Amino acid sequence: MVDWPILSVMLLVPVIGALIMLMVRGDDDLAKRNIRYVALWSTLVTFVLSLVLWANFDPSTPDFQFVEKYPWLGDAISFHLGVDGISILFIVLTAFLMPICVLASWETIQTRVKEYMIAFLVLETLMIGVFVALDLFTFYIFFEGGLIPMFLIIGVWGGVRRIYASFKFFLYTLLGSVFMLVAVLYMFFEAGTTDIPVLMAYGFAPEIQTWLWLGFFASFAVKMPMWPVHTWLPDAHVEAPTAGSVILAGVLLKMGGYGFLRFSLPMFPDASHDFTWLVFALSLVAVVYTSLVALAQEDMKKLIAYSSVAHMGFVTIGIFALNTQGIEGAIFQMLSHGIVSGALFLCVGVVYDRLHTREIGRYGGLVNNMPKYAVVFLIFSLASVGLPGTSGFVGEFLALVGAYKANTWVAFIAATGVILGAAYMLYLYRRVVFGELVKEDLIRLPDLNLREVAIFVPLVIVVLWMGVYPAAFLDVIHVSVENLLNQYGAALAATAEGMAR
Amino acid sequence: MNEVMTNLNLAAAIPELIMAIGGMLLLMVGVFGDEKVTGRVTLLTAFLLVVTLIATLAGPGKATAFNGMFLVDSYGRFMKSLVLIGSLSAVAMSGPYMKREGLERFEYPVLIVFAALGMMMMISAGSLLSLYVGLELQSLSLYVLAAFARDQERSTEAGLKYFVLGALSSGMLLYGISLIYGFTGTVEFSGIADILGASEAGASLGLLVGIVFLVAGLAFKVSAVPFHMWTPDVYEGAPTPVTAFFAIAPKIAAMALFLRVILTAFNGVADDWQQLIIFISVGSMILGAFAALVQSNIKRLMAYSSIGHVGYALIGLAAGTQAGVQAVLVYMAIYLTMTVGAFAAILRMRGPDGMVEDIDDLAGLARTRPMLALALGIFMFSLAGIPLLAGFFGKWYIFVAAVKADLVPLAIIGLVTSVVGAVYYLRIVKVMYFDEPVASFEKPEGRLLSVVMTVTAALNSPLSFVLIYPLAAAAGIAAASLVS
Repeated sequence: MVDWPILSVMLLVPVIGALIMLMVRGDDDLAKRNIRYVALWSTLVTFVLSLVLWANFDPSTPDFQFVEKYPWLGDAISFHLGVDGISILFIVLTAFLMPICVLASWETIQTRVKEYMIAFLVLETLMIGVFVALDLFTFYIFFEGGLIPMFLIIGVWGGVRRIYASFKFFLYTLLGSVFMLVAVLYMFFEAGTTDIPVLMAYGFAPEIQTWLWLGFFASFAVKMPMWPVHTWLPDAHVEAPTAGSVILAGVLLKMGGYGFLRFSLPMFPDASHDFTWLVFALSLVAVVYTSLVALAQEDMKKLIAYSSVAHMGFVTIGIFALNTQGIEGAIFQMLSHGIVSGALFLCVGVVYDRLHTREIGRYGGLVNNMPKYAVVFLIFSLASVGLPGTSGFVGEFLALVGAYKANTWVAFIAATGVILGAAYMLYLYRRVVFGELVKEDLIRLPDLNLREVAIFVPLVIVVLWMGVYPAAFLDVIHVSVENLLNQYGAALAATAEGMAR
Repeated sequence: MNEVMTNLNLAAAIPELIMAIGGMLLLMVGVFGDEKVTGRVTLLTAFLLVVTLIATLAGPGKATAFNGMFLVDSYGRFMKSLVLIGSLSAVAMSGPYMKREGLERFEYPVLIVFAALGMMMMISAGSLLSLYVGLELQSLSLYVLAAFARDQERSTEAGLKYFVLGALSSGMLLYGISLIYGFTGTVEFSGIADILGASEAGASLGLLVGIVFLVAGLAFKVSAVPFHMWTPDVYEGAPTPVTAFFAIAPKIAAMALFLRVILTAFNGVADDWQQLIIFISVGSMILGAFAALVQSNIKRLMAYSSIGHVGYALIGLAAGTQAGVQAVLVYMAIYLTMTVGAFAAILRMRGPDGMVEDIDDLAGLARTRPMLALALGIFMFSLAGIPLLAGFFGKWYIFVAAVKADLVPLAIIGLVTSVVGAVYYLRIVKVMYFDEPVASFEKPEGRLLSVVMTVTAALNSPLSFVLIYPLAAAAGIAAASLVS
């Protein structure tokens, strides 16, 4: 174990980096260079810290580890941090994607570099905060606070319709979260504390659970995003700068799924049980409908955005299958999707930087002059499709196994989404990479440069590692998931007993 | 006679006495001074306010004076401190603006002193009469302040409008007071509470009408719906430092008075006034959120924003509990820092043709004046109540109190309107950060102004994580002295 407050340090390092940048004066190339290096180093340090965290994590216990607790608002609300098997890998994922985002923005962002990097570092702190918070109040602050930097990232450095997209993103998420806040307020009133471990053991009355569950669901469904409240996502993705899309797809979407696992299941088990049909129905629509929508897209980013909605449908199905395979598959799928969709957005970013268009029809035949790019893009496309040997397969497979155990029809319909997923991804790949290289401006496009290779190599390694040896990740998750399910089962049994009596 | 003398207990009112005597002395200094006297009077005013603040904080824990017409308790101390800090910042922020607009006259700080004195009287009022006296002292000073730019049509119009409507509301208030006196036979808050507590039937119809008139008069003073109509015009017309003062101190004082009179005198008939308060609270929140959406002038926008914020604060009053009062106190303290800061930022924006008041003229502020845009951005996000900034904590306490008092629907309405409100606050951020610069700004002057802005921005920044608990604890003690 680590005997210093590693979680607080992880939260502080990006903030310190941001403060250092704030002191950099001037707007010349030297200042920009310094700022980029400060950003890179602070994110790298955070990443190393997350690896230290992982190395010292004890996967044999479901208890919270590295716990820190400082009094905040009286006795009831504290600044309480800790990780367990469910949250730790999300922290590693966040810390892993950040240096990549900084590198991806190295040359493309030339205006207001200082503000850009500060926004990203602040966002990193807030994202890590979401996953380490063990107090509902603390969680809510981190969860909502992330809106501010993301709003600015989309709105300042985004594309043509960036203002529309940033407002839509902000207001959708805020409105969803407001209902969660009502639920939080009620829980605070009912239980007298916002401490997550205490609330997990509290046992709310079943009829109240229904309302609280719906309150949390409103927020997480928007964040996830689930059909029909997903419409902010394509806009936000299309307009955001490349690194913004990576973070959005890689980490922010995972907060919804994480929220279901951290709050909805353990705190409202009866309501989760009762609402399984709702989640399944919405998820199935998402899987089939958005896959079809993705097939018809002409914009590369939009296509990947819709594919994200479909993939998140598998995640929610897995979570609410409420068995070991389903939940482990859902977590694995979230981690895998975080890396794969992030990487796909980076792939789009590569050609966008060169040609400044995302229209699929403008490309074709890139394999001829950009072979390295074609290989990288292929690996991630296949991972997104769920080819065995890549990370996408493990998560999708486990989630479907879990769904099959819970409900055969759900698994059957969801499986069609896998086929559709293969269809739209391969169709995209064919249109962009294969074919004749006839367009004049495409012929002159250079292949990946050293910086881009440096971005993609770690991503490729992780995707293959997760696909070939998933046990390295599943072992970390397993005990916590088992514990979650045991408590869920016990709570359901207790309610049934209460009913019988 | 002897008994009356002992009950006078002047010592309890030392801060007010300091203010009153100091204000009159300042008037003398101003009248007999030469042309350069304004600066000196301003400086002395600031000194006087600081001394009064210290005297207020060092005052006795709990005392009454003037035969129970004047109450000193930690609730009053908390609110008076806010009012004095607000007045102090209004004086500190006025310098460059007044000089530019040719309004540098010594009456400005002196009028603020008298208005603040009236507010302190209001906060300490223990009977309907001292309430009225304090309120009128404040209001009369404010009418003059609104019309302070007497050569400008806009400003005189604002002053006149404020005066006519204010007089009307004072009339309603007085009518309500007379009805309450007629049906209870006393004007003292504690006396009214005793009579209401003793009667089995609750409030009689006449008393109810009296309460309605009283609430109407007070709602006017805090500019709550449906008595808010004067606010946008007065805010827009008055000179900007005066607007800043209007948005801060009188609102806090009137809210303090509102809470005290309702919760001490009429606590026994909570069922009767609670729905009134809920109505004006919901109305204010909704109107504040929706009407601000279409504003193009930043001062008008701040007016509607203040109406909305009063709506949120009134939720705490509707709760009527100790937690509710605590929430209002926390909210008003945070509201003070947000509003002072926002106006300090507005006062620092000056284009080639005068003060920048049009929101579209803020375009690209983040490029031309990054620090100013950052500060204004912090204030806007804080006013919108987004977590990470102080404004969220205020909302948190308010909504916690509402849920505890079984007013969940009110909390939901409040939260949904805060999403609507977020739209117009975000619009300012959008204009500053996303749009291309159009107007050029003059280099800002006034060190003091930038100090005020920086300090309030820091208070609203995530630094508030550390500060919120001490504030809430102090508010809790203050609330306990009002409602037990």
